[in-house]
Amino acid sequence: MPPTLFLEQILNGVQFGLMLFLLAAGLTLVFGIMDMINLAHGSLYMIGAYLTATFVGLTGVFWLGVLLAVVGTALIGMLLELTILRQLYKRDHLSQVLATFALILIINEVVRIIWGPQPLLLSAPEGLSGPIEILPGLNYSAFRLTIIVVGLIVAVALLLLVNYTRAGMWLRAGASNREMAQAMGVPIKPLFTLLFGVGAALCAIAGAFLGPILAVQVGMGESILILAFVVIVIGGIGSIKGALVGALLVGIVDTAGRAFLPMLLSQVASPEVASNLGPALASILIYLLMAVVLFLKPQGLFPART
Amino acid sequence: MSILLEVRDLQTAYGSSQVLFNLSLQIHQGQVATLLGRNGMGKTTTVRSILGLTPARSGLIVFAGQRIEALPPEQIAARGVTVVPEGRQIFPNLTVRENLVAFAANRNQSAEPWTLQRVYQLFPRLQERQHNLGNQLSGGEQQMLAIGRALMTNPRLLILDEATEGLAPLLREEIWRCLRLLKDSGQTILVIDKYVERLIALADQHTILERGRVVWQGNSHTLKDQPELWKRYLSV
Repeated sequence: MPPTLFLEQILNGVQFGLMLFLLAAGLTLVFGIMDMINLAHGSLYMIGAYLTATFVGLTGVFWLGVLLAVVGTALIGMLLELTILRQLYKRDHLSQVLATFALILIINEVVRIIWGPQPLLLSAPEGLSGPIEILPGLNYSAFRLTIIVVGLIVAVALLLLVNYTRAGMWLRAGASNREMAQAMGVPIKPLFTLLFGVGAALCAIAGAFLGPILAVQVGMGESILILAFVVIVIGGIGSIKGALVGALLVGIVDTAGRAFLPMLLSQVASPEVASNLGPALASILIYLLMAVVLFLKPQGLFPART
Repeated sequence: MSILLEVRDLQTAYGSSQVLFNLSLQIHQGQVATLLGRNGMGKTTTVRSILGLTPARSGLIVFAGQRIEALPPEQIAARGVTVVPEGRQIFPNLTVRENLVAFAANRNQSAEPWTLQRVYQLFPRLQERQHNLGNQLSGGEQQMLAIGRALMTNPRLLILDEATEGLAPLLREEIWRCLRLLKDSGQTILVIDKYVERLIALADQHTILERGRVVWQGNSHTLKDQPELWKRYLSV
């Protein structure tokens, strides 16, 4: 196997992992602090992608479109929290799953009504559409490289926010012991509306940058939501650091598995078996990873509650 | 002396099982009051009701002249009620320093508020361990941290629930010394503990609970002269 191909797949894994992290960060804090399962988190990712496609179409400028979409999605996220999700905090997990699953269906339908059933076209900004040579002999998509840079910047900003600000301390305190955090005076309600806004904004960033690579279509939030849940379970529920490590692990294992497993299998099995078995094995690889992590560390890699 | 906290006819229940029955008590500004009684008699539930964590089913809780029994915990805390809870409950994923500064405030508008520096002076051990995570501390260090964390909010009413429980004798003395110091500085305190003699020496006003009801209230002098009370209700 040529080393450039290997490197390229690792970069793809990092790029996908960083976008997964943006989705998982909001999810893990909401789950960790409020003990709230929000299946509709993926819908915010979809809304972010649709708004990006729309605003880029309207303004003709990719980055301006992204900015407008991020603000818009954050507002929608806060509105959802204030009106509907807030009612669910005290309910049991089954009610939360049912209600937020209903939200998925409703939001999917609303998106279909507004934008129609056809996938939207969202293309990478023109200057970034081609490949650039990052190492001698290794050409890599400029847009994917941009995603990695944006993902890293947002991840660092988020880690700084959570680790070095008072709001970040409150979030971590709330994730480990919500009742005690309240008793110390943490204003949990406004903090939570804000958290939903930030979580939605992160979803929108992921949607905006994955949109040109995957597809902007109804239902795009559900498939990635499952991966985001795998990430937060691996990382430890409520932990931002865990979400980052978990997302990179899942991103790299998933991408590398799809690229290399069929190739590796063809060394030991007939080409026919390898081409059938390879993709099937690759798609269960992250669940195997999750099972191994949970076997060794049942609370995840970086548990918030100890 | 003005009344800082008044609890009147408090009834509290967990689901269908009622725990507190018509509980009333008053704490004056600058006083140290105690809640006494055997385990399971409703002391911690009383504290949880005052803090808003287990809201009262009926009755009044008046703090600094305003009713608080229907407020959420964070608003009660913001008015200046802070607890050193049973089991310490420090935040394991925050460092010692973060546990202290995250909730810092001057809720009693003190002219000489508790600061990080003053807490470190009171418990030098905490400064040595300031970059350790909460879950890397010993039991005694955790207890100091729980007290320091509460002091950093500069509470108008400080509540201590079993602050000496499970500590070695030397550490226990450290906590009593600290409580005496706080009392002398004029801090209003509600304390729950098992060491009746220490409490008689420290506190002004005592309330004994038995099965969720107040069975005796009085000052230190009277409690000292009635050891039969200790035997009957506190199994001392």
